[in-house]
Amino acid sequence: MPLRKHFQIAALVAAVIAVQLAVTLSGNSHHLTQLTMSAYYSLVIVGLCLLIGYAGQISLGHAGFFAIGGYISGFLTTYNLLPYKDKAIVSIFAKTGLLVGRQDLYGGQALTFHPWTAGLIAVLATFVTALVIGGPVLKLKGHYLAMATLGFGIIVYRIVLGTEKLGAADGISDIPGFTLLPGLQVSGAAGLRIQNYYIAWGLVILSVTLLVNLVHSRIGRALRSIHGAEDAAQAMGIDTAGYKLKIFVLSAVLASIGGVFLTHYNGGIGPSEASIMKSVRYVAIVAIGGMANLWGALIMGFVLNFLSLRGYFGTYDDAVFGVILIVIMLFAPEGLITRSVFSNIRRLFGKAAPEAEV
Amino acid sequence: MAMLEVKELCKSFGGLRAVNNVGFSLEQGMIKALIGPNGAGKTTLFNLISGVIQADSGKVSFQQEEIQRLRPHQIASKGIARTFQHIRLFPGMTALENIMVGRHIHSRSGFFSGMLSLPWTWKEEKKIRSKAMEILEFLGIGELAGTEATSLAYGLQRTVELGRALACEPRLLLLDEPAAGLNMRETADVAKLITQIRDMGTTVLIVEHDMSLVMNISDEVLVLSYGQKIADDKPQAIQKNREVIRVYLGEDDA
Amino acid sequence: MNTQLFFQYIVAGVTYGTIYAIVAIGFNIIYNATGIINFAQGEFVMLGGMIAASLSGFMPLPSAILAAVIITMIIGALIEMIFIRWLDRPSVLRLIIITIGISIIIREAALFIWGEGVKALPYFTGTSVTVISIGDVHLSPQVLWSTGISAIMVIGLNLFFNYTLPGRQMRACSSNRNAARLCGINTKNMVTLSFILSAGIGALGGCVVSPMTYVQYDSGTGLAIKGFTVAILGGLGNSMAAVAAGMLLGILESFSIWIMPTAYKDVISISILLGMLFIKPSGLFGSAEAARLKDF
Repeated sequence: MPLRKHFQIAALVAAVIAVQLAVTLSGNSHHLTQLTMSAYYSLVIVGLCLLIGYAGQISLGHAGFFAIGGYISGFLTTYNLLPYKDKAIVSIFAKTGLLVGRQDLYGGQALTFHPWTAGLIAVLATFVTALVIGGPVLKLKGHYLAMATLGFGIIVYRIVLGTEKLGAADGISDIPGFTLLPGLQVSGAAGLRIQNYYIAWGLVILSVTLLVNLVHSRIGRALRSIHGAEDAAQAMGIDTAGYKLKIFVLSAVLASIGGVFLTHYNGGIGPSEASIMKSVRYVAIVAIGGMANLWGALIMGFVLNFLSLRGYFGTYDDAVFGVILIVIMLFAPEGLITRSVFSNIRRLFGKAAPEAEV
Repeated sequence: MAMLEVKELCKSFGGLRAVNNVGFSLEQGMIKALIGPNGAGKTTLFNLISGVIQADSGKVSFQQEEIQRLRPHQIASKGIARTFQHIRLFPGMTALENIMVGRHIHSRSGFFSGMLSLPWTWKEEKKIRSKAMEILEFLGIGELAGTEATSLAYGLQRTVELGRALACEPRLLLLDEPAAGLNMRETADVAKLITQIRDMGTTVLIVEHDMSLVMNISDEVLVLSYGQKIADDKPQAIQKNREVIRVYLGEDDA
Repeated sequence: MNTQLFFQYIVAGVTYGTIYAIVAIGFNIIYNATGIINFAQGEFVMLGGMIAASLSGFMPLPSAILAAVIITMIIGALIEMIFIRWLDRPSVLRLIIITIGISIIIREAALFIWGEGVKALPYFTGTSVTVISIGDVHLSPQVLWSTGISAIMVIGLNLFFNYTLPGRQMRACSSNRNAARLCGINTKNMVTLSFILSAGIGALGGCVVSPMTYVQYDSGTGLAIKGFTVAILGGLGNSMAAVAAGMLLGILESFSIWIMPTAYKDVISISILLGMLFIKPSGLFGSAEAARLKDF
């Protein structure tokens, strides 16, 4: 079984490299931009897949976590603290090296948070938010849970849309890229496209590896048991409420990391990243990939996000995802990329269908 | 000292007194049966002891520690395992995997060690798997390890659920109608199994309707009717108890 | 704040509260008959307003409204028959996602047909500046129309559920579906009927408030959230309480402008929703057992 897992991850790495080479060598380097963005959305999707498929909790507000990450990081790296540099707290920040001076759009001097600091604060803020609302929210079931998460998403949306300091309808722009590690820059600059593609997909590969490991571990088994028969899981000593919360927070943190990185890559963020439609889109992708299928969610996320970003769906973007949701829920509630599909394909090639788990 | 002590336990649902001032004790190494007509409150009592529902008043002590306010998973980690009246196996998992879940309390691999797939977790997984396999073989169904648990025949599902509870290595095992839906042969097998389990050191509290099972293997029998305890004695004495007979068979036969 | 402003806020609150209550009642009707929360409820209101507005261009107003209501009812029936009727014991999650998908499709179709612009019916009597004065309070006659028609709708529904055969059949269905079936009630048709009713009252509601509040292709979602909040506030399934809860929410929202910027108005209602869900999901007027009874 571990061998199968390693094979899958190796296949992912190979695919990522293959796609990049194919795209660059065919002269479509600009596609790399959408592929990179697709990767960051995939971070949200795999986390959500874990939450919905394995822990059995629906969230219709995950775009909210993505937005919290992106907005906080974006805000802290563009809000000029120079006018306040004489205030005590600002000088503490400056002395501890959290701030950085830079040139703003008009050539003037600006003092903002260093992107690394801003990013960490953003993820931390998301962690705390998820921890705080997760407790009461996860006690709800069914429709109430769906509505509560939907409500959370809308609150985030309304706050970012309605707050002047966060750019209101225009969002925040002119967000700087940052140096991830010496030699690696997260930024939208044309010359760094390939580098950023690998940064993004590297992050995805890392996350998927961690999640796949988790799914195959004692905790993964416990999660499946919670999803299957929660009362029996409790009788086996599993703290179901605690695990659900941990998964909720984990998926929220993943979403916000995606948000932070995408914001710095794009150089901007707008309220649409927090909209209900974005949250619905994430759920649609998890559904079509097969609720409890990390790989399915990843593949579908990659394909659908890429198509959507390239504009293949035109103005009917939202309608497409709406239709996908309905069609999948009506006809294939287990998703398209399920074990049965795989085993049917295998049978086609004359091999026996395996019993064990993906 | 008694392993399990229940004192003045009460639980009402709306106006209905499901469990009314029930008290009893369970000595270590004993098999005690809980019987009574339908609606007497047996499963409610079980649920109160295992933490699924909270009592309105009263005390439950396990090994001298009060557990009535604890949540189910906490009670499980104290050493009490249970099975369910309507089989609650985990769907989508094999018989082996179901039993492996029972090893949860005796293993440590957590979120971080799981995500990083640290080497010590591999060893632990191996141990969990082999222990679960041991249990399956002890129960005589080793060959069903890779079968999807909920696709098994009813009697076999009951066995797997029992195996899952055994995997917790409990000091006290709560069995909720283990013979329900089983034929005579299967019931006799279950009776033998329960005695074996007791002889290996586990104390057993069982809710049952099947009188042959109850009378054959129990050391003590507790009789409930309309939420109240009406007798708590050795099996032979219960059979002769006028109240018990009246409750089960009606006034005329007493 | 002087009395005049105070009453203006109340009037505004009542106006919006009415439409919230109507959406909530729509939720309750379908919930009572089926246990489903229809996320597309708000779209019925939107459709009513949009269709009527389009038709009023070449039809007299009353016929436009009637036609819009009928068309929306047909749409409601079609939705139930195409998407819901043949599902075999679907899980809650599946139903939620399906109705969300339906609401998205309706919204996108509306965008396609009518574009992004706002529409409104003409005022039933007078114009947007006609005013009726009751003492110090100045109201548009449309407010009286909307509260009047809504009140008639609620009374009509009450009469329907309590005194007509189909109404009582629906209540039987919601109390105990299997028992109803054993009595010869065609439960599948009852479900369709509940969708038709919900669609109809939603559409009528959309028509009467649109002169004041305007509708556009995406008005549905916001209304659904507010309507759901009101339904929960009053106790899911309890439509009389929904009316009171609707007024409460409308007025609270209205006065909230006084203490915080308009942009955050929605945050108020959603916070109320979250608060209710966390603290007392059976609603202000509900008890856990009453919630289970699920009466109109």
